[in-house]
Amino acid sequence: MEPQGITVSFQDVGLTVGGRTLLSNLNFSIYTGEFLVLLGRSGSGKTTTMKLINRLLAPTLGTVRVQEWATTDWDVIALRRNIGYVIQEIGLFPHFTIEQNVGLVPTLQGWNSKQIKSRVHELLHLIGLEPGQFATRYPHQLSGGQRQRVGVARALAADPPMLLMDEPFGALDPITRLELQQEFRRLQQELGKTVVFVTHDIQEALILASRIGLMHDGRLVFLGTAEEFLHSENAEAQTFLKPLRTMERWTERE
Amino acid sequence: MNNFFLIKYGSEILQRMGEHLLLVGIAIATAILISLPLGILITRQKALRQPILALANVLQTIPSLAMFGLLIPLVGIGSLPAVIALTLYSFLPIIRNTYTGIMSVDPAVREAGRGMGMTDWQLLSQVELPLAAGVILAGVRVATVIAVGIATIAAAIGAGGLGVFIFRGIAVVNNDLILAGAVPAAAIALVADYGISWLEKRFGGCLKNPDVR
Repeated sequence: MEPQGITVSFQDVGLTVGGRTLLSNLNFSIYTGEFLVLLGRSGSGKTTTMKLINRLLAPTLGTVRVQEWATTDWDVIALRRNIGYVIQEIGLFPHFTIEQNVGLVPTLQGWNSKQIKSRVHELLHLIGLEPGQFATRYPHQLSGGQRQRVGVARALAADPPMLLMDEPFGALDPITRLELQQEFRRLQQELGKTVVFVTHDIQEALILASRIGLMHDGRLVFLGTAEEFLHSENAEAQTFLKPLRTMERWTERE
Repeated sequence: MNNFFLIKYGSEILQRMGEHLLLVGIAIATAILISLPLGILITRQKALRQPILALANVLQTIPSLAMFGLLIPLVGIGSLPAVIALTLYSFLPIIRNTYTGIMSVDPAVREAGRGMGMTDWQLLSQVELPLAAGVILAGVRVATVIAVGIATIAAAIGAGGLGVFIFRGIAVVNNDLILAGAVPAAAIALVADYGISWLEKRFGGCLKNPDVR
């Protein structure tokens, strides 16, 4: 995919918390409409990097810019409402119906109830949950996969140009996960959203990414397409590819 | 049959019950108005948590008769010191349960709310308080039941209430009089306990389901 403009840029970004350096020397840009997967082991700093974008964390060094402005210059509430956010634990409000959960950000933005309702129904159709059947249910009445679909719909509700997703499919069974990955990739291309997606799963990264950013010890050690990643000489990239290669050999033996 | 204590003292029991309910009602309402904001405050300002909970704890350990005695030089006798004492005793359960209730909201729910751009006030009023309502009401229930019991002692400083029967009964060694105070007081405690737990179930139901995310 050709870069169509820069949505987010990291300039010499570092983060030190209580004397511990979590991130250092981050210099990269996220292009409009791309699907960037941040790949890394746990503790590599991928989630931390993502939280710098919607300023759940602020950098101690350098600048993170979202649409030209430094995140520290943004009104933080406006910034976050402009960026959809999906996490592994989903975080649906248990006392809200599915309809209220999906309509959360539009409600906060002061849309009128008719607009909210039609938007919620449109989104429920989009994620394959029949509104008549699901709108008035509560989160605990849904399966894990259905809940995560609702989490995605909620993030899309106010039509933000960008989504941040932190291992959103991590807690799902492998079959549901693959289903959601494929569906979501199609949805992302259809809607043209910029997506930053955090995962430790190399397979997931290869399925979804237009570019993969590989993180190791708080640094970005590789950034490129899936194709480039497969041929990368980087030691950490090799480590990630090893289980994949092992599996290939195993399936060839069949 | 006319000698049965509930009938013999019927009209005075009703009057004393009224006094009793008023003491407890005013004290609990005041305690909620003060404790709820304090409980919320210590979820925001961690440094204040220890001192505020410690103070509420100390208040709770003062023996009730001593508490009433200590208040006499400050505010005299009657209903005012009684209401103040009952209010002070109610702080701990309500503050503690407000804090616990809010802190036990799933961190993922809080993070999702913040990440989607809810202000702290929106998060508190739309998410944290509704989800903590059951636990907070449980604190109010404990405080109420304790206050109904302690309020009987308030008769010692001239605050009226059902304790009047009990003290009179002790003075003249009359069990009927003691029962005329104790049985209605126990009944009030039971009804309050039952009533507030009904409210807990009604408003705190969504926390009961453990797999809710």
